[in-house]
Amino acid sequence: MADFLIFGLQLGLPILLIAAGWYVGSQTEKKHYASIKERERRFLHKPALTSKQWDSSMMVRESTMAVGSVVVSIDHFKRFVSVFTMLFGGEIHSYASLIDRARREALLRMKESQPDADSYVNTRLVTSSISNASGRDAIGTVEVLAYATALKFAGPSVASE
Amino acid sequence: MILTNIDSIPGSTIVQHFGLVQGSTIRAKHFGRDFAAGLKNIVGGELKGYTELLQESRAEATQRMVAQATELGANAIINVRFTTSSVAQGASEILAYGTAVLVQN
Repeated sequence: MADFLIFGLQLGLPILLIAAGWYVGSQTEKKHYASIKERERRFLHKPALTSKQWDSSMMVRESTMAVGSVVVSIDHFKRFVSVFTMLFGGEIHSYASLIDRARREALLRMKESQPDADSYVNTRLVTSSISNASGRDAIGTVEVLAYATALKFAGPSVASE
Repeated sequence: MILTNIDSIPGSTIVQHFGLVQGSTIRAKHFGRDFAAGLKNIVGGELKGYTELLQESRAEATQRMVAQATELGANAIINVRFTTSSVAQGASEILAYGTAVLVQN
């Protein structure tokens, strides 16, 4: 009886964690995507450019750095699923959505750090793994950093000759 | 101090270059935050404690870079870059570097 209990606990706990990961994880993901889409709409007219050029017809009044970052980790359910994918190879969709969320969140935070800017130029995205364990125990924890130069325009520049 | 990650300070002219300035910090995650993050790991998503920790470290690194530039007599840093590297388990180094310059309007 005691053996059975211990066995049940040993098997039940991971299943419980995976189930909790799946349920809470997918709920948060849905909520997060809704929030990302809503905020992205607000910044739609101010895209983050990766180029160093800006609208040359405008004079720049002020330039500052805009920085945004986020640390995310994978939930137990997605980790469990990814273990099977890793057996056969191929794209791991469960990780892709997490990193996608993180990147879009970091970009939004970058823009929100300088909300009055008219343009964001030379945007750079950096992803780094910050897991404190390696190998089997490593739970995917990554930091995504987005930074750019935020420009505020003073108005149209004097006509260039 | 004006910071940008492009090659110029728009609207100003660079009159003098001082070369590379850098600031870095190595931070270890602290136990309390690590524990909370461990619990959060089950359901995934953002680990707010770590986000804050890295933001603080990045601000610190930037501040050190700015201090170095001020010492040289610069009033702006152009081409700022950030990098993060893991130096040991549970510790990461955050580096900010750029070119210190003197600009005039």
